[in-house]
Amino acid sequence: MNAPLRRVGLVVMVLFGLLFANLNWIQAYKADDYRNSDYNGRVQVAEYERKRGNIEAGGTAFAVSKETDGELEYLRTYPGGAKYAHAIGYKPVNLADTGIEEAENAFLAGTSDQLIGDRLRDLVTGDETAGANVLLTLSKQAQDVAYEQLRENRKGVTKGAAIALDPRTGAVQALVSMPSFDPNPLASHDPDVATTAYNELQQDPEGPLKNRALGEVLPPGSTFKIVTAAAALENGVTQDTKIPAGPSWTPPSSGLPIGNAAASICPEAEVTLMNAVTESCNTGFAQLGVRLGADTLKEKARQFGFEQDDLTVGRLGEDGEPVAASRTGGMENADGSVDPAALAQSSIGQRDVRMTPLQGALIAATVANDGSQMRPYLVSQILGADRTTNYYTAEPDELRQPVSDQVAADLREMMESAVQNGTGRNARISGYTVGGKTGTAQDGDKPPHGWFIGFALDEDGTPVSAVCVLLEEAGDGGSAEAARIAGQIMRAAIASPGSR
Amino acid sequence: MTAAATSTSPPASTGGQSGVRLARSRRNAELSLLLLAMVLVAAYGAMVEASVLDTVTPSFWVPAAALSAVFLGLHVAIRFLAPFADPALLPAVALLNGLGVGFLHRLDLARATPAERADLATFAGTGGRQLAWTLISVALAAGLLAVVRDHRSISRYAYTLGLAGIVLVMIPAVLPPSISEINGAKLWIRVGGLSIQPGEFAKLALLAFFAYYLVRKREVLSLASRRFLGVDFPRGRDLGPVVVVWLISLLVLVFEKDLGTSLLYFGMFVATLYIATERVSWLIIGLVLFFGGAYLAYVLGDVIGGPFANFYLRANIWLDPFADPYNDGYQLVQGLLALGSGGMFGAGPGAGQPLKLPEVQNDFIFAGLGEEIGLFGLSALLVVYLLIVERGLRAALAVHDSFGKLLAGGLAFTLGLQVFVIVGGISGLIPLTGQTTPFLSAGGSSLMANWLLIAILLRISDAARRPVTGGGSPSARPTGGPPEQLHGAPTEVIRP
Repeated sequence: MNAPLRRVGLVVMVLFGLLFANLNWIQAYKADDYRNSDYNGRVQVAEYERKRGNIEAGGTAFAVSKETDGELEYLRTYPGGAKYAHAIGYKPVNLADTGIEEAENAFLAGTSDQLIGDRLRDLVTGDETAGANVLLTLSKQAQDVAYEQLRENRKGVTKGAAIALDPRTGAVQALVSMPSFDPNPLASHDPDVATTAYNELQQDPEGPLKNRALGEVLPPGSTFKIVTAAAALENGVTQDTKIPAGPSWTPPSSGLPIGNAAASICPEAEVTLMNAVTESCNTGFAQLGVRLGADTLKEKARQFGFEQDDLTVGRLGEDGEPVAASRTGGMENADGSVDPAALAQSSIGQRDVRMTPLQGALIAATVANDGSQMRPYLVSQILGADRTTNYYTAEPDELRQPVSDQVAADLREMMESAVQNGTGRNARISGYTVGGKTGTAQDGDKPPHGWFIGFALDEDGTPVSAVCVLLEEAGDGGSAEAARIAGQIMRAAIASPGSR
Repeated sequence: MTAAATSTSPPASTGGQSGVRLARSRRNAELSLLLLAMVLVAAYGAMVEASVLDTVTPSFWVPAAALSAVFLGLHVAIRFLAPFADPALLPAVALLNGLGVGFLHRLDLARATPAERADLATFAGTGGRQLAWTLISVALAAGLLAVVRDHRSISRYAYTLGLAGIVLVMIPAVLPPSISEINGAKLWIRVGGLSIQPGEFAKLALLAFFAYYLVRKREVLSLASRRFLGVDFPRGRDLGPVVVVWLISLLVLVFEKDLGTSLLYFGMFVATLYIATERVSWLIIGLVLFFGGAYLAYVLGDVIGGPFANFYLRANIWLDPFADPYNDGYQLVQGLLALGSGGMFGAGPGAGQPLKLPEVQNDFIFAGLGEEIGLFGLSALLVVYLLIVERGLRAALAVHDSFGKLLAGGLAFTLGLQVFVIVGGISGLIPLTGQTTPFLSAGGSSLMANWLLIAILLRISDAARRPVTGGGSPSARPTGGPPEQLHGAPTEVIRP
């Protein structure tokens, strides 16, 4: 029996050799991968040993790390609660980071290469210098008003979004998505609390975690007429050109008749482009769109920013929160030829046209800013832990020039007329020139969505704010309520402009 | 036949020479090694305290001293009951056991709030319980040495033990899951606050039975054969018991949802079968049956699920632990991350974060240790395990009777295989199964069973190394002679 016993001894040696080789593989070769794995909580404990930088707006911190006596030394808290949840995002212990917390993690956590000075000093002193502070462009007042007005909207709508920009810079003045959520439980150090909170939010049919201001795409309805009007102005139509209108119009070859929102709107055979915008004349814009053609309309929309799927909002030149692509959708028949019925409906922002609230605000901002569209951003400055070292200051950057300043001036006048005399009256602000466009968008069998995009100019004609408000499934009068809320937000943004 | 000739010749012809060489009992070597092991355990405790409490308390040596007292007791018992036993076994096991208690105490420290840490009693928490279990287990081991003065007397109860083993294996399978299931594996009997793993004891009982059965049947199993593809295969009717054990293993796999135990029983049986018959064909048959069965279970788990679903899931986790890192793969992923974070040198005793690991006091204790003592520390632990296994095999080589050879060889191999199954499992080498890590894991059943295993190895090594004296023929011992058929059984099969 001794020979097989010796062989069994050999087998055990081989088995242990395999264990040894495998441990070498894991603890030596793959050690760095595992040590720095996203799933490795030890990285967190090290991360939580350093006080994370603040995220601030208007001099107030809305994301702060507080010392605890638990295993993780600092607890991330959000004094702004639900109001700033979508603008800031959140940093949970085990779940994925979102928003600015994610995009600026390297600075906030103090791991950015640019903070090498702090880290070298830490090596010498043995301290853990806190991460850098991120200052946002948000105006506290505009954010307050946007959040409160959206929540207490008079249509009882539960879903919607509002975003306000400084048209001259692209700095975001307010960013609210409704319904919102309290990020504090998500950042809890108790994994059960965090997971329970997350699962509840995740399963909520209203989708509170969704950042609707940047991520929701819905039919824009009549707000899209600004794009159609811009295309028309570049193709021989002026403000005073009479365009065919009427109480009802059926596109050639097929389709249902297109009517107006009320019998009082453009029943005459022809109206000026100015009046068509002011009254929001569907029949006029449907025929105008068909006359311009699908290619022209799509190209104009693309120039305004439709179809862009890689835009982010955060720090300029860096990644931030992703923005969903707005789309003009298909307007063709199965054989590739243009379907006039689809084109007519697309010209008034129906059919397959989809837009984010940010895109709406960008259109308004472009019109207000002489046709120059500035790249939107949220981060205005990054300050070191000592609050004196400045690591970054935003330098506004033109994203594109969708229209000439002349076309922009014409659009401005027509939008001002819509607020002064037309559908957007609720947005008026005394002492300021306000322009805008309402939209009531049909979306299947749901009640129509209420939109408003608009801007405000001061007495010198300088644009001070551009805004888009969306009230989902608001029903009749939704766009008027959206216009009212937009006016309130712009008024607050004028009073307290935020940083750029 | 040659068997008859060999059975009449006493084994003393070879034992006489080695008896002269091994005349020294080496008990003093055992004592010094044991003290060295306890110094290491005390040093480990001090390092843990220095890291967790930032200071070494004046009472850091108390757990090590308590353990030393227990092990010294066993050492003294060995001096009287098995004076020629292998001197390396006790210190090696004591080192592992001591480090296990130290690590469990370290977990208690980590679980306690900083305020409670300073005055955490030595006998409190899992560490304290493990200390108490150590005392009981060592006492049992000493008791076994006292009662079983000749390992061959075990064979008289072989059938009883075999039956008891099968019953012990089957109890958790038939009990309702509320009593027998923990973490998906039905291996337990839970009564009140006490959890018993009958499989740990079944292992020993079954091995004793295998050894006895195979000693009796080895002639027929090793000689009667058919030649196929150049390998001698046994006759169909001789396959019976092998198939029975194979079926039992598969039933364990399916109804107790535990691949590790199944692999352990089957590996144990195939190894003893091979040692007894010296035929490679048994190894081939065994491996084909086991891997075929496991593959079949995997396929069945995919297609029909049911009782095979658990194995299918575990196999898939093994294939890609990071596919579902927060749910299914969580345990294994955390184990790998702990090992990786430890790296070559480890974070240092007390400086890791073992509480990130689920089941760190049981299945994942090796990963928890690995984070703190690193690749070097784990390699040292593996060497200690290897030393115990090879010492056991050495006792098997040196002992003169077939039953002793088979029992010692089987026990030593089983211990090694169990270490392979659990350490391989937590490090992603093989699918993870819920085995305890011998002598390290928290839990009384495992500790008791493994100490009994060591006691049997000590007893057999004592017989192997005992010098042959004039009237000291094994059969003349006061405890009563072993059964005749074993006494005369040959240790080598002479093939035609």
